[in-house]
Order: sequence, then structure tokens, then C-alpha cells
Amino acid sequence: MSFDKERFKSPYSFLFGNMNLRTKTLLIISLVGFVLLAIAINSFFINVDNITTNFAIKNSQPSLQHPFGTDWMGRDMFSRTIKGLGLSIVIGGLASILSAIIAVFLGLSSTLGRYFDHAVNSMTDLFLSIPHILLIILVSISLGGGISGIVVGISLTHWIPLTRVLRAEIKQINTSTYVKLSKNFGRTKLWIAKNHLLPLLIPQIVVGTILVFPHAIMHEASVTFLGFGLSPHEPAIGIILAESMKYLSNGSWWLAFFPGLSLLIIVLLFDLIGDNLQKLLDPTQANE
Amino acid sequence: MFMAELKANNISFKYNGTNEWILKDLSISLKDSQVKGLIGESGGGKSTLCKILAGYEDYFEGEVKIDDLNTNSSKINPVQLIFQHPEKTMNPKWKMKRSLDESWEVSDDILEKFGIKENWLNRWSNELSGGELQKFSIIRALNPKTKFLIADEITTMLDAVTQVQIWKLLLSIAKKRKIGILVVSHDKELVHEVCDEIAHLNDINHV
Ligand SMILES: Nc1ncnc2c1ncn2[C@@H]1O[C@H](COP(=O)(O)OP(=O)(O)OP(=O)(O)O)[C@@H](O)[C@H]1O
Ligand SMILES: [Mg+2]
Repeated sequence: MSFDKERFKSPYSFLFGNMNLRTKTLLIISLVGFVLLAIAINSFFINVDNITTNFAIKNSQPSLQHPFGTDWMGRDMFSRTIKGLGLSIVIGGLASILSAIIAVFLGLSSTLGRYFDHAVNSMTDLFLSIPHILLIILVSISLGGGISGIVVGISLTHWIPLTRVLRAEIKQINTSTYVKLSKNFGRTKLWIAKNHLLPLLIPQIVVGTILVFPHAIMHEASVTFLGFGLSPHEPAIGIILAESMKYLSNGSWWLAFFPGLSLLIIVLLFDLIGDNLQKLLDPTQANE
Repeated sequence: MFMAELKANNISFKYNGTNEWILKDLSISLKDSQVKGLIGESGGGKSTLCKILAGYEDYFEGEVKIDDLNTNSSKINPVQLIFQHPEKTMNPKWKMKRSLDESWEVSDDILEKFGIKENWLNRWSNELSGGELQKFSIIRALNPKTKFLIADEITTMLDAVTQVQIWKLLLSIAKKRKIGILVVSHDKELVHEVCDEIAHLNDINHV
């Protein structure tokens, strides 16, 4: 059966034409990466105190001056949203990196011996059995809330998938002839981990880190929304959404709609980067 | 008078999860400077024995030991195995230079003898032919600390000219360094040509 190229043309082919897959993937990654970076940088330069309160224009609908409308104090919702998204990205980044560090550490320790492997396995099962949100809330509260509490809480609940992938991958590499040969040449476990394992694991680590981003962002927003996360003074999306609930009944739909939608888009963009990176770094697994 | 001897005493082995003895009560020894042939039918367990001798299998009955008059305390295994398929013995993300360095700092003169071209050192393992790769894996096994070489069908997939070249080199180096070689091959002619002594697996394996 021949592959009907015309029929299976990607819906985006009008955008990318006949570019090869690699170029296309790279293009998507850099475009999306650029958008995310632009948001993060822009939000850095928005000073919350400078988002002026102006009661003359309070609760105004989306317009050209205020694309996302204004809130009950007349503050521009667009600036507030961008600032919130920036905070989300920073928290997502910190949590992803921290959870990746935990995963690499645990993945590598599981190769040190049967007991280590057993310990890592039990820990995975333990953390899997606790609901994420619950653990994040508990950790966040016990660390006194704020950014560090949220980041640690999310990291502690999101190292599991990457740890599992790494553990399986390491097992496989360790049974390879070249690793056994390395031992025969007198190389230590540490040397082998550094020189044979780590370089082969980099793709998984990068993809695994990026894929935690969307989870981290969503969890931060929901925990904050519920009032267990960031303090009400932080310009976070979760705070904006919680506040806007009070004004939904009087018809100010834009207060929740635009920040919520933007958050969703950010999450999808990170997913897009993760998926495309996976395709790029590991073409054989892309179809799974 | 010999200086070192590799001895396998009463080896019995089955693969993990199987119920069939591949090797039973097998003993074999190899002295330094000795070139010993091992022949036997396909599937008889020659490669399995090679892996046991070189420490690639952890669980077997019996013992493998080295009687060595010069006690050396290096971490490098003095028994090095050379495989039939060299491509599996190279990290695919490493260039050839790095694969060599993992074992020892190879001298230019050895590289030259084996006909290794300078630019091969900067290639990935999948950019070399099977024969070229095999030369690398042989050189790598010739670490100065190596006392015994287990050569499991190492020239089976090479052309006649390369076979002769490799065996000539290997034998001369082994002689100089007093290395003992176990030659496993289906090629009776080759075994008779290079070996001082020939063992038949059927005779020593009591399955
Ligand atoms: N990893 C393994 N797991 C289970 N059985 C195995 C494994 N490797 C080899 N065997 C079996 O062990 C037996 C001996 O295999 P081995 O490769 O040692 O034979 P051989 O004498 O080297 O054969 P050949 O001359 O074809 O290379 C075979 O029956 C084979 O099917
Ligand atoms: Mg064999």
C-alpha cells in the first residue's frame, strides 16, 4: 500500500510548505520558545506598583487601550496578566529544574546496587500513592507558603515520571556490552555514570524537564487559586482568578476569561515544545 | 617455565531463567604465551565459556582464577575478551579516539602497524567498516596489563587478507608480551595454523 501523501498532508502545511520535519520541528521550538521568553522578559519589566489604579475606568470591557479590560480598581488586566504569566513561568522553571535534579539523582543512585534500587522503587510507589494537590498544599503550608513552598511542593510531586524513564534507560545501557567492557577496563561505577550514562541520558533529561513545566504552572495556579499557595500580594494568575470570582456575578467575564485563557495557552505552548523536542532528540520514540 | 596461568575449574552454567545446562563440569586452562584453539559445534557454548572466562557472567558454578607469579594489583581485568561483532562494544555516542583511550594510551606505532588511519580516530563507530572496527577493538584489548586474550571468532567476518594481517600482528605482539590467547573459531585451517594446542568443547564439556 502506498502512502497517500496528499491525503495525509499536515493541516499546517500551508504554513510550513515542504520543509523537512527537522527544520519544521526546530522552527516550532524556536518560535514558541521566543514567545515564552518574550513574556517572561516583558513581565520582568512590569512593575506592579506602576499598574495605575484609575477608578474612572474601573470594570471597563475589553477595548483597544485595554485589550483584556480593567478590574474593579481600574487596573489594566493585560499588564496584570503578563506579570502573572511571567511569575508562572519562573515558578514553573524552578520547579521543573528542581524535580529534574531529584530525578537524575534518584535515577543514578538506583544503579548503585540492589538496595538503592529498592529504595528508589519504594519511594516512587509512596509518592505515587499521595494525591499531588494534597502533597503540594501540605508542603507549601509547612514551608510557610510563598514561592519556595510552592516550588518545593511541585518538585516533590513531579520527579516520578522522569525517574522511571531514567531508571529503565540506565538499566538498558548498563547491560550493554560497552559498559561491561568499561568495567573490565577497570572503570569505576562513578566514571561509567559520568562518561557512558549521563551523555546518553541528556535528551531524556531535557525533554522530561520541559514536560514538567505545564504541570508545574497548572498546579501553582490551582493551589494559589484555592488560597494555599502564593500570598494575595503576589501578582499571580491564581490570585487574579480568585479575585475575579467575586466580580463574575456582575458580568465582568473578562476578569477571569483572558487570564485563564492565557494560562491555558502558555501550558499548551510548553507541551508543544516538549513534544517537538522529543521528536527532535529521539525520533524513534516520537510515535509512542 | 611459565609465569601466569588462567584456570577455569569445574565450571557449570545455565542462563538465567532457563533450565538447561550449557556448560557442565568444564575445566580448561591457558598459560601465558600459549595459543590454544577451542573448537566445537555451533550452539555448543563456546561464546558462553568465553564470557565466563573474561568475567562477563557473575553467576556460575566453579571458579575462574589466575595463578600469577607477579602479583599485580591493577583494577583492569588481565583477561580481555574480543567479540565477533565489534559494533556492540563501542559507545555509539563516542568517537573512536575516546573508545581507545578508555582502555589505554595507544602508541602511534601500534596504530600504524594495524593500519589505523589518523582520521579514523575522529569518526563515530558507525562510520567505520566491520573490519576497521574490529582492529580498534583488538588494539583496545591489548592494554599493557592484559595477560590473556579470549578471541571469540574475531576474524570470522573479515576477508582473507585482513584475517592474515590481524593474526600475524596479534601473534607477534602476544609473543613479545607473553600474552596467552584462546582462539575460538569454526575455521579449522586457521586454528591449526596459529595454535600450539587445540581443545574440543565436546571433550571437556560434560552436559
Ligand atoms: N543470553 C542468553 N540467554 C539464554 N540462552 C542463551 C543466551 N546466549 C546463548 N544462549 C544459548 O546458549 C547456547 C550456547 O550458546 P553460545 O553462543 O555459547 O554457543 P557457541 O558455541 O558460541 O555457538 P557459535 O559457534 O554458533 O558461536 C545456545 O544454545 C544458545 O541458544
Ligand atoms: Mg559463539
